[in-house]
Amino acid sequence: MRLDQKLIADMIAPGSRVLDIGSGDGALIDHLFRTRQCDARGIEIDMAAVTQSVAHGLPVMHGDADSDLAHYPDAAFDYVVLQRTLQAVERPREVLRQMLRIGRRAIVSFPNFGHWQLRLQLLTTGRMPMTTTWGRPWYETPNIHPCTIRDFFALCAEEGYVVEDWMAVDEAGDRAPWRRSVRFANLFGEQALFLLGRRG
Amino acid sequence: MNVPRPAFDPAVLPAGGAAADDSHQHVRFGDGLALECGAVLDELVVAYRTYGRLDADRANAILVCHALTGDQYVAEPHPLTGKPGWWSNLVGPGLPIDTDRFFVICANVLGGCMGSTGPRSTRPDGTIWGTDFPPVTIRDMVDAQARLIDHLGIDRLFAVIGGSMGGMQVLQWAARYPERVFAALPIATAAQHSAQNIAFNEVSRQAIAADPDFHAGHYRDRGTIPARGLGVARMMAHITYLSEEALTRKFGRRLQSAPASPAAGGGAGLFGEMFEVESYLRHQGSSFVRRFDANSYLTVTRAMDYFDLARDHDGDLASAFAGTFTRFCVVSFSSDWLFPTAQSRAIARALNRAAANVSFVEIDTDKGHDAFLLDEPDMHRTVAGFLDGAAIHAGLRPAPPGVAAPGPRGKAP
Repeated sequence: MRLDQKLIADMIAPGSRVLDIGSGDGALIDHLFRTRQCDARGIEIDMAAVTQSVAHGLPVMHGDADSDLAHYPDAAFDYVVLQRTLQAVERPREVLRQMLRIGRRAIVSFPNFGHWQLRLQLLTTGRMPMTTTWGRPWYETPNIHPCTIRDFFALCAEEGYVVEDWMAVDEAGDRAPWRRSVRFANLFGEQALFLLGRRG
Repeated sequence: MNVPRPAFDPAVLPAGGAAADDSHQHVRFGDGLALECGAVLDELVVAYRTYGRLDADRANAILVCHALTGDQYVAEPHPLTGKPGWWSNLVGPGLPIDTDRFFVICANVLGGCMGSTGPRSTRPDGTIWGTDFPPVTIRDMVDAQARLIDHLGIDRLFAVIGGSMGGMQVLQWAARYPERVFAALPIATAAQHSAQNIAFNEVSRQAIAADPDFHAGHYRDRGTIPARGLGVARMMAHITYLSEEALTRKFGRRLQSAPASPAAGGGAGLFGEMFEVESYLRHQGSSFVRRFDANSYLTVTRAMDYFDLARDHDGDLASAFAGTFTRFCVVSFSSDWLFPTAQSRAIARALNRAAANVSFVEIDTDKGHDAFLLDEPDMHRTVAGFLDGAAIHAGLRPAPPGVAAPGPRGKAP
């Protein structure tokens, strides 16, 4: 399991109902079931990963964040998780709304486009930046909606979501020390991890 | 229920086969069955086979539901054709539906022709039902199976599994007896028969009805069988089970010499040759009529056509599964155009709306609808893994050592 998945797992109370959107090989839901007795389920767009997950006994269905969340009832889950995928969905704002409709809380991680290397590359070369995190050229990247940590805070404020917890995360997925300052986190954090709740 | 419970030790199948219905292992329910259409069968016979051993706590039973032309001989040679059981690649010791671990039950459907009550059965007045057999539904089939499960002393099935029409029964089981189904595996199926599928079935039925040997269904009285009509029905249906890619891969446009006798039907081709695909379909048709009854074909295709699970629940498929605790695994095949993935996705989404625990896999294959019967490694891994995961949640004992259980995480499948 990746380090940032461990951070996500730490945010989830034992025995919860969890939906992991983009569950990949199912490592997180497997971990949540085995160590936290969660009713954890997955949605995954890559069919080979779905088949592999189901073949390991994990409840995963083929689908994607843009079109499948609308079919779940309100508050069906305690947590809805979206790992490193928000920047690749068609309608990120709608996906977040759906997550906080079907879940009481949402856990979202995304690569931070505000990282200093990206800023510097764009400033000095005038070309679309390429880093380890943002590793694909502009014409073939699936990441059609990049945002920065500050952008995400702004969207949460606009939508009325409560940021219950947040942290910057480095490329390896370990927690980065920029918690005190959003500006520093936005400059030095390669990724971000948010725990959101509904207002009221 | 006035049927004694304990007597379910296999009444061994006599050699020689299927002339009489009694030749199949069966249980007889003297109190009959009330059908959805309002008719009441005075007596119900359910022919069935079992494999493996029922645990002391009777928690390890899996009901396998067969498709339109299937039967209860799921994992052993067919008594008429001698061919291996129709799911012998999936059901057996060490296989995904592991008979070393699970007690597997398969019953001939109500309306079938392999020993369960159907058009070939005898009425109380001693005559054969024939076309007078009342219309049955998938729900009636499931009710008949439920009587068998009662008889076997099983309260809750660990799993109900089936493909195509078998998958319809799985969905009906989960909707009708949710507390009796821990896990449900509907494969290559739909929650309602589509207009296109009804249309195909109607062509099959018309082919049978147009055969002069059909005699309005009273062919047995006349000592005939509508072999030509039933054969054509099977040929047409068989095309719908395959895909264009699979037909091209298997036969292409290859020719072979035509049979000398024109009795095989249709004149020979231009130079005394015929396409291999023609020969294949004729063989499918002619071998089918030896094991299947035309009136059963009419009855069972009608049952499929009537199937519409949402209609029975105010038009909302999700409400058919409201509050369910059953774990579902919905499986479709990418090249299946008879029960396309969209129909399985509709089932999965309805289950989402019901907040059910559902896995949904589309297996990538070019083999069409038929894939559910074939050796599809991805399907077998899916079935094995889903059952294994469900068994953990059901608290069943783990798979016996040495059996091909899914490997630990991270291992290549």
